[in-house]
Amino acid sequence: MSNRQCTVLVCQGTGCISGGAEPIYSSLEGEIAKPDLRENVHLKRTGCHGFCQQGPLVIVEPEGFFYSKVKPDDVHEIVQSLLPERKVVKRLLYRDPITNKRIPYYRDIPFYSKQQRTVLRNCGKINPEDINDYLASNGYQALRKALFELTSEQIIEEVKHSGLRGLGGAGFPAGQKWEACRRAPGEVKYVICNADEGDPGAFQDRSVLEGDPHSVLEGMIIAGYAVGAKQGFVYVRAEYPLAVKRLYIATAQARERGFLGRNILGSGFVFDIEIFQGAGAFVCGESTALVLSIEGKRGMPKSLPRPRTTEVGLWGKPTLLNNVKTFANIPLIIIHGSEWFASRGTERSKGTAIYSLTGKVANCGLIEVPMGIKLREIVYGIGGGPPGGKAFKAVQTGGPSGGCLPAELLDMPIDFDSLTAAGSMMGSGGVVVVDEDTCMVDVARYFLDFTQKESCGQCLPCRLGTYQMLQILERITRGEGVPGDIERLEWIGRRVKEYSLCGLGTTAPNPVLSTIKYFREEYEEHIYNKYCRAKVCALGMFRIEPDECVLCGLCQGVCETGAVKEIRNKFFIVQDYCNKCKSCYTICPVGAVRVEKYLPKEVTK
Amino acid sequence: MEDHLSEILPSYRGKRSKLIPILQEVQAKFGYLPEEVMRELATFIGIPECEAYSVATFYAQFRLMPLGKKRVAICRGTACHISGAPKILEATEKVLGIKDGETTADLEYTLETVACIGCCALAPCLRINEDVHGRLTPAKASELFPAPSTNKGEQDVQ
Repeated sequence: MSNRQCTVLVCQGTGCISGGAEPIYSSLEGEIAKPDLRENVHLKRTGCHGFCQQGPLVIVEPEGFFYSKVKPDDVHEIVQSLLPERKVVKRLLYRDPITNKRIPYYRDIPFYSKQQRTVLRNCGKINPEDINDYLASNGYQALRKALFELTSEQIIEEVKHSGLRGLGGAGFPAGQKWEACRRAPGEVKYVICNADEGDPGAFQDRSVLEGDPHSVLEGMIIAGYAVGAKQGFVYVRAEYPLAVKRLYIATAQARERGFLGRNILGSGFVFDIEIFQGAGAFVCGESTALVLSIEGKRGMPKSLPRPRTTEVGLWGKPTLLNNVKTFANIPLIIIHGSEWFASRGTERSKGTAIYSLTGKVANCGLIEVPMGIKLREIVYGIGGGPPGGKAFKAVQTGGPSGGCLPAELLDMPIDFDSLTAAGSMMGSGGVVVVDEDTCMVDVARYFLDFTQKESCGQCLPCRLGTYQMLQILERITRGEGVPGDIERLEWIGRRVKEYSLCGLGTTAPNPVLSTIKYFREEYEEHIYNKYCRAKVCALGMFRIEPDECVLCGLCQGVCETGAVKEIRNKFFIVQDYCNKCKSCYTICPVGAVRVEKYLPKEVTK
Repeated sequence: MEDHLSEILPSYRGKRSKLIPILQEVQAKFGYLPEEVMRELATFIGIPECEAYSVATFYAQFRLMPLGKKRVAICRGTACHISGAPKILEATEKVLGIKDGETTADLEYTLETVACIGCCALAPCLRINEDVHGRLTPAKASELFPAPSTNKGEQDVQ
């Protein structure tokens, strides 16, 4: 390749597409069609690059120039910069929010330089719709090695030795599961990839499927060979149309090249993969519910005591069920060996974890870091902290099954076990940062509202417990909380956790219990002072500070209930009319509207 | 209606496990699950009608009522919630004149909320059919739709 040659990568993840990546790709295509350029410039669509917030992203290889927030109008300038001599378009480079300097190469951007991208190694580098790209980056080499150099027992031994734990959330050791499935009696076995990523605030499974679908397929085929299955399923959310499309393309290409089907690579091994689109039920992430869903039934978890899915799974046959990321790790373990894999991470959690870092941080996106990294590294090192100088309040991990961790725990190394000990969990790996403008009671109510709606209704503790807890929380956020509500929430929460049938119920109270544990004073303020310090709930006493008021009258104009009155040279709010809609608070240009606590009666007297 | 169904069914074997894929294809074709079609496909698979109904009502994807031409899905994921999704929903409800889960009388828009569309970095966001719109404010969200007055006018015509 002469040094005139270069590749222009255009991110085609869901985030960048919604930011307008498609018109950028087509105008690049148009510009590059000119004869001189056509020979030297390769244009490539890639999967998600992770840094969705800066999208649409365009990267020029081999240098690695990183252009963010590209618009179709910028395309001409980018193409001009490629030939005859490659220059950098300074204007489009990423600007570091802290130092305010432009950073030309993407490997130098803190968001990327602090990560260890192994599962995401190909995401954003290869074209997910072209198997040749995957093959060129050592794709399907692990399958070849597994089929021709290793026995099933050796593969399982490698997976066990690597210490890989299920990355779907619960963290069950993958090797043990594989072994149990292999040992289970029966001729017919199945492998299922769980891509029913239903947690609000998590999108890593989707990004892996969209950016590097073949790595998941390869992992599944190896799993099929190891446990003795002939058929695999990918259970993917129908709400992820792009992931579904790319999976169909990937399976068709793999079949064509002989990586799927009868007699894979001439080894005599038979395996095929079918794609099943989940119809939208959060509880179907639970293994027994997922299996029932593929069978065409209502996805309700089987009642206890139930045999493990590895013994009695799909259509009553032994079934191996793992998450997308778990399968994507398998080719790496086979190629590089279990020692390499186990060299990263903590004592009991090996390898890397993928988090979707979202919420109130400067840099949102998909990140991959070693297990055991400190929360501070994620929130401040990679995420750049809350934007606009706001104060950090908490991190919510694990979605509706997880909990909130306060600032005191920022230096805690995070892995499966430390998160569980702190009252949260790894869950699907969503990391949502919240700042001082977020009300913790409202966050708890929000998650419970979600789990309550998604509860399948089969067992009583979950069905009624989550409903009752939600009623209490709604009352508190409306300002009708009564003394004893916090204790009632804890009492019900502990029982729902203990007696529910499946993972949904046993983790549903986590957001409530963890916010009570770490942010009890916010609950107390809501109940006793009718005040929300984040000013999210419709609570508090609204008052106009006369010394700061500039008498513009905007608050009076916007008030729907006519609570803002005017006398001579000042405005004031009539408390009896105020419905706490916050319109005056939001519109005031000088911040003269104050929201204050109601003081308990004894004190004001 | 029967013509459409006879296009869909032959590609499936009449097996219980194909119930959800068939329902998905029927919905893709009609936009919802009409009652007659449900009866027919229950017979085709060989299960009681009530079981087909129980599956169709369990999953969030399936609709028993016709949908609007444009499906507006407001994301209520965590990241969107803390960045102001409730305000976006409120603004959209106002501009379309319908509540969450309803369809405009002219069958133009259906408004729904979804758990997460996975565009958390662009929060708050909403999706109209397949197109995602991110980094919204209540004002920007309202601009995505025709003004409420014209919408209402069409309803009156209906």
